[in-house]
Amino acid sequence: MLLIHCPYCEEERAELEFRHAGEAHVARPAEISAESDEAFEGYFFIRTNPRGIAYERWRHIHGCGRFFNAVRDTVSDRFFTTYKAGGKKPDAAKFAGAATDGKDKG
Amino acid sequence: MADAASKEPAVRRERLAGLSTTREHVSVTPGPPAARLALRAGEDALNSVSRALGVSVPRKPKTSARAKSGGRVALWLGPDEWLVIDDDGADLPAAAGRAKALHSAVDVSHRNVAILVAGEGAEACLAAGCPQDLSLAAFPVGACSRTVLGKVEIVLWRTGEQTFHVEVWRSFAEYAYAFLAEAARDV
Ligand SMILES: [Zn+2]
Repeated sequence: MLLIHCPYCEEERAELEFRHAGEAHVARPAEISAESDEAFEGYFFIRTNPRGIAYERWRHIHGCGRFFNAVRDTVSDRFFTTYKAGGKKPDAAKFAGAATDGKDKG
Repeated sequence: MADAASKEPAVRRERLAGLSTTREHVSVTPGPPAARLALRAGEDALNSVSRALGVSVPRKPKTSARAKSGGRVALWLGPDEWLVIDDDGADLPAAAGRAKALHSAVDVSHRNVAILVAGEGAEACLAAGCPQDLSLAAFPVGACSRTVLGKVEIVLWRTGEQTFHVEVWRSFAEYAYAFLAEAARDV
């Protein structure tokens, strides 16, 4: 089982207490009714879905109830870090060395 | 019949009435009724709410605080969320209402049912379905947390080295009780 560090509970908890909540740092347009259909599609439907380092929202739904952000490797499932909602997006270069490089290692 | 019914107050049947499990190392029993309050408040309201409730609402994750006297406790659930339990059935919304600062206080007395797990096997019994580290080092006396037990959500509170108080939603109570009673057989 994965252990995930909750930045509000300040400790690692079992994956069972959490729920994935989509991609992080997707900013809602300030004037959403003024968006073109293409721009709205980009905001609403299109996600980066990367292989490797991904920025995600998670919710400690069966714990403190809070949403927070995580940097995770989508290949190895490893969590690099978690941080409070509204926190600054960590630079991907920080994790590049430890991340899956895109090549299958068998 | 109608006359008699109008004179008698409705009698609430306790959800786990009559159930009790005692094994060699652990017992699982329904807790008595209590008053419960779902409390939400921001940092700036905590002093005011604490004074009104007569219990110092804890700021530290996974901790609880008891009132100086009486059976009242505030359990930390989240950064702005607490579960307040009063064993004497006090009117908690009225007490919280004396706080001038903005807060939310909802009476959830009958939403939850308590299950008490006690004995040297209490930790192992709960660990059958709860993924948290329940050792005394990680989950000391007074620690509390919202978590899961098997497939249901619970609030777990350690009241003593060998005693735990489980709060579970009323409709999940039979499942939680049956899960713990079954686990108690293996402890
Ligand atoms: Zn948490």
